[in-house]
Amino acid sequence: MSEVNVNINVHHVTRVEGHGDIVVDVKNGEIKKCQFEVVEAPRFFEAFVRGRPYYELSHITSRICGICSVGHATASLRATENALGVELSEQTVLLRKLIFHGEIIDSHVLHTYYLVAPDLLGVNSVIPLIETHRPVVERALRIKKLSGDLCAMIGGRHTHPCAMAVGGFTHLPTEAELREMKGRLEAAREDMVATIALFATLPWPEFERETEYVSLKKDEEYAFIDGTITSTDGFSYPIDEYRKVTNEWCVPFSTAKWTKHNRESYMVGALARFNNNFDQLHPKAKEAAAKLGMKPICTNTFLNTAAQAVEMVHSVEDSIEIIDQLLTRGIKSEKPPEVNLNGGGEGVGSCDVPRGILFHNYVYDENGICTQANCIIPTNQNWANVNADMKAYLPQILDKPEDEIRLHLEMLVRAYDPCISCSTHLLNVTFV
Amino acid sequence: MSENGKPRVAFFDFACCEGCQLTVVDSLQTHLDLLDAVDIVEFREAISDQSDDYLVAFIEGSCTRESDEARLKKIRERAAVVVALGACAHTAGLNALKNLHPLEDVREWVYGDKADWYDTYAARPISAVIEVDAVIPGCPIDREEFVSVVKALLMGKTPPVPDYPVCVECKLKENVCLLLEGKPCMGPVARAGCDAICPTYGDGCEGCRGLIPHPNDNAMKDVLEEAGLTVDQVMSRMTMFNTYPLQEKEAVAGEEVK
Repeated sequence: MSEVNVNINVHHVTRVEGHGDIVVDVKNGEIKKCQFEVVEAPRFFEAFVRGRPYYELSHITSRICGICSVGHATASLRATENALGVELSEQTVLLRKLIFHGEIIDSHVLHTYYLVAPDLLGVNSVIPLIETHRPVVERALRIKKLSGDLCAMIGGRHTHPCAMAVGGFTHLPTEAELREMKGRLEAAREDMVATIALFATLPWPEFERETEYVSLKKDEEYAFIDGTITSTDGFSYPIDEYRKVTNEWCVPFSTAKWTKHNRESYMVGALARFNNNFDQLHPKAKEAAAKLGMKPICTNTFLNTAAQAVEMVHSVEDSIEIIDQLLTRGIKSEKPPEVNLNGGGEGVGSCDVPRGILFHNYVYDENGICTQANCIIPTNQNWANVNADMKAYLPQILDKPEDEIRLHLEMLVRAYDPCISCSTHLLNVTFV
Repeated sequence: MSENGKPRVAFFDFACCEGCQLTVVDSLQTHLDLLDAVDIVEFREAISDQSDDYLVAFIEGSCTRESDEARLKKIRERAAVVVALGACAHTAGLNALKNLHPLEDVREWVYGDKADWYDTYAARPISAVIEVDAVIPGCPIDREEFVSVVKALLMGKTPPVPDYPVCVECKLKENVCLLLEGKPCMGPVARAGCDAICPTYGDGCEGCRGLIPHPNDNAMKDVLEEAGLTVDQVMSRMTMFNTYPLQEKEAVAGEEVK
């Protein structure tokens, strides 16, 4: 090993959202450098939402991310609603859960099929698969369209939804639309079975590194919106105390901040949710996990993608149940309630979006104008863990050719489904 | 052109959320045949291939730092046609909201005493740095409009962008005017082409496609005041996506006064 020299500089890792570089320097078998550097241009959302009225915040912050804009909108609305004491109707809660499931499916099908499957099938992108695996590509397109249409039925469109407002929705789906969507979701069960069958046969790299897994948790359901912050190291906090978990800090080679909690790093995302909330998964999702050979606590980072496939099954099943509840209750033509500013206030909103736990925290003045804002993005919380994984994985693959090392490190980064453009929209550390 | 005779197309992004590129990916759900018409040679979000040889470059995102300029100019040198993809590239979009604050304050607010580590300047549309041949406005872009722009470009035409206001499309949809409900809406002065999607879903137009040519600002302010909106509410909506064009207009007006 002592004569091994590797010098890798992957400028802008592909098939991820945003710009980041992998830098590896190995001299005589000794790892001098092995890190992931975020070079994305910062956009300064937390600074420029100051001075904007409360009803604009979710529309502005949904623009942090084109892939999880429903998640950002939801966390943003929950922060505003908690700050101003706005109560939600049962119908609003159900519709929020439903559009959120749409986004979980949409984002996960993008990552599992379009971004990761090409690696496992040995090609550079989804495009060559159109020739070689056409039914697989068509299935992916079909699931993507279904989930996009589900979001559009409620929000008007998936990317940057129009109808999500403080306290409710400015437009409601009809019962006929809900019934049609239910039929399409039931038909998609077949695609879910095929999805799990596909991913069960793909060659996942073997790599185990135990870490702390952090997610939201609720007793009554698999938590995506609200709940308490939970970790596999046994910690639990109300969402208002999120800073006890996130502890952000700056590193000079990254425009994204890093976080740490109990250890040097922790992981968020589908695998973290799977590990913390397995019991609350739909029975069909548990079956899917068994077919993929997964049970909690799963410590192979690469299987974060497999956990996403499991969550797709869960979200399809739970969406069908939510639509049933909505149809039984009947859609009531409610408008978002009048907001009483009550002198303003501070609130935290949290959701477990496709890539992991997300926090929005705002302070409003007596006129409902935002004076302080903080958004902590899942991908940020993963950076320290990504780097710890890379350092642990590199020695295991150091005997491979340089091209293969590069590919495997890229695959490891990609397993996190990083959303780099999200992660560079950082925060203010000191609240007065 | 590629050897197969298809035009080579590349996608690039600067400061943005990548939602417009995601919309491009989503256009394949209904238009998979697009891939029969063009060769995508670079698209970092979706494929691993990279290339310096392309005919058409679609660019998403705003220019927000000096180092972006060299990259933009290189793309311009290589591409015969440059298309601004979405609001961030077209008008600097939401990114320009930071231009309303002193830059030092913005950097310190986000990065504290580490502010000097991070390079940034006032956000600007890509047309402030390079020549742009066509635009697809919107936040995000409209999927069908993207497809029709590609078709127009393939036929050697400059794709038309509507220059009438969103109100026209909103009326055709027979929506109840949101201004009557006292909701801030940019419909009278914002560029159409989105089929008035936000007002149709109950949210006032945000003006994400930019302003129509020669908007009557004063009449717009009167309309908004009649709707019972305060100056702050009006300005807030006006600046959401149009801070950069409005600041440029003020700068020009300032020059004329001098």
